[in-house]
Amino acid sequence: MNIFVCVKQVPDTETKVVPTGDGSYIETNSIKWILNPYDEFAVEQALQVKAANSGSTITVVRVGGVKDTEALRTAMAMGADEAILIEAGDNVDSYMTAKAIKGAIEKSGKNPDLILTGKQAIDDDCLQVPQLLAQMLGMPSVSVVVGFEQDGDGYVLKREIEGGAIEVYSANSPAVVACNKGLNTPRYPSLPGIIKAKRKPMEKWTLSDVGVADSDRRVNYSNFQLPPEKPPGKKFEAMDEGVQASVVSEVVNLLRTEAKVI
Amino acid sequence: MTDYNYAPEQVEIREAALKFAKNEMLPRAGEFDQKQELPLEILTKAWELGLVNTCIPTEYGGAGFSTLDAVIISESLAYGCMGMNTAIMANDLALLPIALFGSDEQKKRFLTPFTESYKIASFCLTEPEQGSDAASIKTTLKKDGDDYILNGQKMWITNAGYADLFVVYATIDPSLKHKGITACVVEKGTKGIEIGKAEHKMGHRCSDTRAMNFNNVRIPAENILMKAGSGWEIAKKTLDHSRPLVAASALGGAQCAFDHAIKYAKERKQFGKPLAKHQAIQFMLADMAIKLENSRNLVHKAAWLLDEGKENTKIASFAKAYAADSCMEITTDAVQIFGGYGYSVEYPVEKLMRDAKLIQIYEGTSQIQRLIIAREILN
Repeated sequence: MNIFVCVKQVPDTETKVVPTGDGSYIETNSIKWILNPYDEFAVEQALQVKAANSGSTITVVRVGGVKDTEALRTAMAMGADEAILIEAGDNVDSYMTAKAIKGAIEKSGKNPDLILTGKQAIDDDCLQVPQLLAQMLGMPSVSVVVGFEQDGDGYVLKREIEGGAIEVYSANSPAVVACNKGLNTPRYPSLPGIIKAKRKPMEKWTLSDVGVADSDRRVNYSNFQLPPEKPPGKKFEAMDEGVQASVVSEVVNLLRTEAKVI
Repeated sequence: MTDYNYAPEQVEIREAALKFAKNEMLPRAGEFDQKQELPLEILTKAWELGLVNTCIPTEYGGAGFSTLDAVIISESLAYGCMGMNTAIMANDLALLPIALFGSDEQKKRFLTPFTESYKIASFCLTEPEQGSDAASIKTTLKKDGDDYILNGQKMWITNAGYADLFVVYATIDPSLKHKGITACVVEKGTKGIEIGKAEHKMGHRCSDTRAMNFNNVRIPAENILMKAGSGWEIAKKTLDHSRPLVAASALGGAQCAFDHAIKYAKERKQFGKPLAKHQAIQFMLADMAIKLENSRNLVHKAAWLLDEGKENTKIASFAKAYAADSCMEITTDAVQIFGGYGYSVEYPVEKLMRDAKLIQIYEGTSQIQRLIIAREILN
C-alpha cells in the first residue's frame, strides 16, 4: 500500500504569538515548531495500517517554510519511511497547500491507496485542506475520524458529530481521511528512531515543481492583530440575603446588555 | 573554543526524552514515591524508546550514544523523577564495567540480552562497613579449580530485588588492599545469592534498594572482568563515566524544582504583588539559575572530555559535587519559595528536596569528590 500522510508544522502551543510590523503575518524567527498534534494521529494511523499491510510505504508530505524541518523529522522518527518537503512561505493558504500536496503526490509517481491528515492545524484552524485535496484528487473524504478499519478494498470510518453521536461511513480506496483525537494514541519517537530518521530520504521541491503559482493564492493576509486583552472578571457580593434579589437582577441585566450571552 | 550548541540530533534526543519524562514519569512520580514501588511499566516503556542502557555500543545491539548524548538523556529523565532515573542509571553503572572492560565474548553474553528485552542490573560495591573506603571491602573471591567462590555482604544495592545481573566487586586477598579487588558478573538465580528486604528511604523511594549476601556463590572464570586484581581500575574508570550521568540527574531534578519555583513565584501573590516581584525572591531565583547554568556546563564538559578520549576525573568530580550540592540548595530554596505549601506532600517540591539529598551521597559523597579533586590538583 502507498500511504501518504499530510502534515503541517505549527508553532508550539506555548509560543507567544507576535504579529509582524506590517500585520501581514506573525513573527516566525523565534518560534519553536512542532508537528501539528492532530497530524500525530494521522501518522500513528498510517503506522498501524502499515503494520497490518506488509510492504506498505508511508510518505509524509509537508508544504511550508524550510528553516526547520521538525514536523517531517518527528514523523520519520515515529516510523514513516520517507518525506517530501514543498518549500514555500509559512503563510501559504489552504488552496495553495492542497494543490501543492496534490502535485507532490502525483510527482512522486506513487498511486496513493490512502491519504491521512489531521482534521485541522492548531495554528490557523482553517479545517480546509483535507476536503480541498480530496476534491482536487476526485477522492472521497471523511473528517473528524475517531474510528478506522480496513474493509476489503475500502475503509469503514467513524466520525464524531454534534451531541456525541457517531456517523459510520464506508469509503472506497483511495480516500482522504482526516483524523481526530481519540482515534489512537500516537507513539513517542524512539531514540533509535530519531537516529534512523536522519538517513531516511527527504525530497525537496519548490511550489513551481509541483505546479503551484502565485496566482493560485486565494487568501491574502493583511492585518494580523492580537485579540484585545480580556477585562478582569466581575465579582458580586451576595452573602447578605437582603441584597441577593437586587444582585441577581443586576447580574442578569449585565449578562444581557454587557456580555450579551442571554 | 568549541561551541555550546547541541547537534540537531541531540536537540531531538533531548526533546524526546523530556517529552517522555513530562508525560509519563512526572505525573506519576509522587504516586510511586508514596507507594515505594518500582514503576516497572514506566521503566519498560522507557526501555522500548531506547532511553535505558545508553552505554551499550552498536556492535552489541545498543544505540551507540556518546557520553554527551547520555547526560542529555539522564538530565531529561531526572526532570520526570530522580528516583526512577536512579533505577535507569543503575543499569548503566552495572553495564559500564562490561562495556568498557569486558571481552568480546562477555559483551555478547551479558550486554546483548539487555538490548532484546527490558532487563535490570545492579552494581555491587558498597558493604555494610565499607562505603567511601571501597578499597577495604571484605567480600572475598577465592580460587576453586577453574572457578571462584564468592562470599560476603553488600549494602544499598540499587535494583537488587529485580536484577537479572549483578556486577560484584570482591577481593582475592584483603591484605592486597586495592590491588586485590576483582570485578565479576553474577547472574540471577546462581545458587547462594540471598537478597534482603527493601530499605525504607527518605528519597528515591520508588527505586529498589537492598542488602545482599553471597554465600559460597560459584563464579566461572569466564565471568571475571579483565583479570583478578583489575577491579579497582575498573571501578575507577566506570565511575569516571557514570559521575557525569549522576551529576546530570541532579541537574534534571534541580531544573524541575526551579521551573516549579518560577511558576509559583509568578502566580502566588503576597503584599499585593506576585512573589516574583519581591526582590528577596528574585535574588533566590537568580542564584538558582546561576547554579543550574554552572552545573550544566560542568556536566557537559565532564561528558565531552570522555567523548574526546581525554582524562575527566577532576572535572567529573567537579560536576558531581557541584551539581549534587546545587541540587540540594535549589530544591531547598524551591520549598522555601513555596512556603507552607512547599512542605506539604500535596505539592511536588518536598519530594525533590528529599531526592536531592541522595545525590550528594551515592556514587561518591560530595566530600569524597573533594578528596578526589584535592588529589588531582595537588598532584
